[in-house]
Amino acid sequence: MGMTMTQKILAAHAGLDKVEAGQLIEADLDLVLGNDITSPVAIREMEKMKVDGVFDRDKIALVPDHFVPNKDIKSAEHCKCVREFAYRNKITNYFEVGEMGIEHALLPEKGLTVAGDVIIGADSHTCTYGALGAFSTGVGSTDMAAGMATGKAWFKVPAAIRFNLIGKPAEWVSGKDVILHIIGMIGVDGALYKSMEFAGEGVKNLTMDDRFTIANMAIEAGGKNGIFPVDDTAIAYMKEHSDKPYTIYEADEDAVYDEEYTIDLGKLRPTIAFPHLPENTKTIDEIKEDIRIDQVVIGSCTNGRIDDMRIAAKVLKGRHVAKGMRCIVIPATQAIYLQAMEEGLLKTFVEAGAVVSTPTCGPCLGGYMGILAQGERCVSTTNRNFVGRMGHVESEIYLASPAVAAASAVAGRISCPCRLK
Amino acid sequence: MKAAKGTVFKYGDNVDTDVIIPARYLNSSDPAELATHCMEDIDKEFVGKVSKGDIIVATKNFGCGSSREHAPIAIKAAGISCVIAETFARIFYRNAINIGLPIIECPEAAAGIDAGDTVEVNFDTGVITDVTKGTTYQGQAFPEFMQRIIAAEGLVNYINHGK
Repeated sequence: MGMTMTQKILAAHAGLDKVEAGQLIEADLDLVLGNDITSPVAIREMEKMKVDGVFDRDKIALVPDHFVPNKDIKSAEHCKCVREFAYRNKITNYFEVGEMGIEHALLPEKGLTVAGDVIIGADSHTCTYGALGAFSTGVGSTDMAAGMATGKAWFKVPAAIRFNLIGKPAEWVSGKDVILHIIGMIGVDGALYKSMEFAGEGVKNLTMDDRFTIANMAIEAGGKNGIFPVDDTAIAYMKEHSDKPYTIYEADEDAVYDEEYTIDLGKLRPTIAFPHLPENTKTIDEIKEDIRIDQVVIGSCTNGRIDDMRIAAKVLKGRHVAKGMRCIVIPATQAIYLQAMEEGLLKTFVEAGAVVSTPTCGPCLGGYMGILAQGERCVSTTNRNFVGRMGHVESEIYLASPAVAAASAVAGRISCPCRLK
Repeated sequence: MKAAKGTVFKYGDNVDTDVIIPARYLNSSDPAELATHCMEDIDKEFVGKVSKGDIIVATKNFGCGSSREHAPIAIKAAGISCVIAETFARIFYRNAINIGLPIIECPEAAAGIDAGDTVEVNFDTGVITDVTKGTTYQGQAFPEFMQRIIAAEGLVNYINHGK
């Protein structure tokens, strides 16, 4: 009986030749990540442990991104706690405002996550790095503390679901539509405790940014991780961004999967998740009602990368957001912001009547920079549309791709680029 | 390990960490302060009604969404002695054990127990008793090491006490 890609990475990091689903193992960690919300709790817990500092100052990444630039005094205190811990422990990869970005866009860009790594992060969207062929998963603050102190974590080896991708996405269909389609198909607990392994000849037709978006939302199906095979696209990305050595693991031919699905990317349509769960999906063609909206958010660890900025700008170029609409664009990192500026995308956004924000998670989790009032509706490229996620408990979030979000901003209602004049 | 006994608050599928503790309160990590907003976006009456020892019962995928440890911290600080569910989201499961909040998976109990019932949970045997209805269910007993983590009030103390 063979191993899945995830199982091979875990076996190698546990010093074992072979592991199987359900086995409890202790694995060495290549990177431990925390942000401004989860790190203060982890730091408090680590300081209670009888240890001398962190296991390796080069293998910890601290990224204040949720409520920075500090939204209030309490957030400022949290960031101060993280900053002082980083300086005290000489953490190499601490990213201050001005250097930072949304963690899951920033770390691959900085070359800190590569194929074959085992990564834990005190943020549920840590699963993003599976796009590069790493095993990465979200944990809580106590696990982060133990990881920072010891460089190890225990895992139950996950069973897997295989998604065989074929075909090529049509115009205006991107990674977001792929993952929303999958979550709609298997449900928000469809991959509970399992790894979601993407494979097939269709993978080559997905850009690196598409793959980051897909792996990012594995947690929205309950998955432990999402992972892609390492092909020329992934290798080119790592060569451009990283000096770290990487290791390519491939699933065995006889690896065991609990379930297998084949998805023809060519047949997917722009897909929208209705309130209040990411599994409540409809394609644009299935939406018969007129859904008027108040706000659009284009950004987040799911869809704030350069591809996303380019698609949104392509839709907004020469057009204007609807009267009364608030359209908030948030490039996910400083590098993306700069590139968007150099390519003229930020000019397009401003001319179209959108605002452009500094990198922050901000509105995605209802922190600040675009909170919804009672009864308001938002089309958002973020990852969760739970009750109250972006503000008032009686507000609504519709999850969509940057193409659908930008077109909806222009139309003032849920729309797609193919329907704009 | 001491048994839990209390009155039940009952919820449905997919109770996410955003409704357990909304992100607008995550500028604090103080357990007592987090407890004052626990379950606020799903049950405004929870904080006013909850008493020490009470039990939460829910159906599938309890604790889905964000990895915020603030969610089990808020539940524990609000006085809840145990969460029973059909299934838990995996990060929440790990976090609850790590901070010493007892949780137990039991689909039959999650289906049979109603809000307001008095329920007792024996962690040594995994037996869940609905005292009000006079019914019992067999949940999964905690392995000994997990019982010791919870008894030590979490992973950190457990590690410090030399296991």
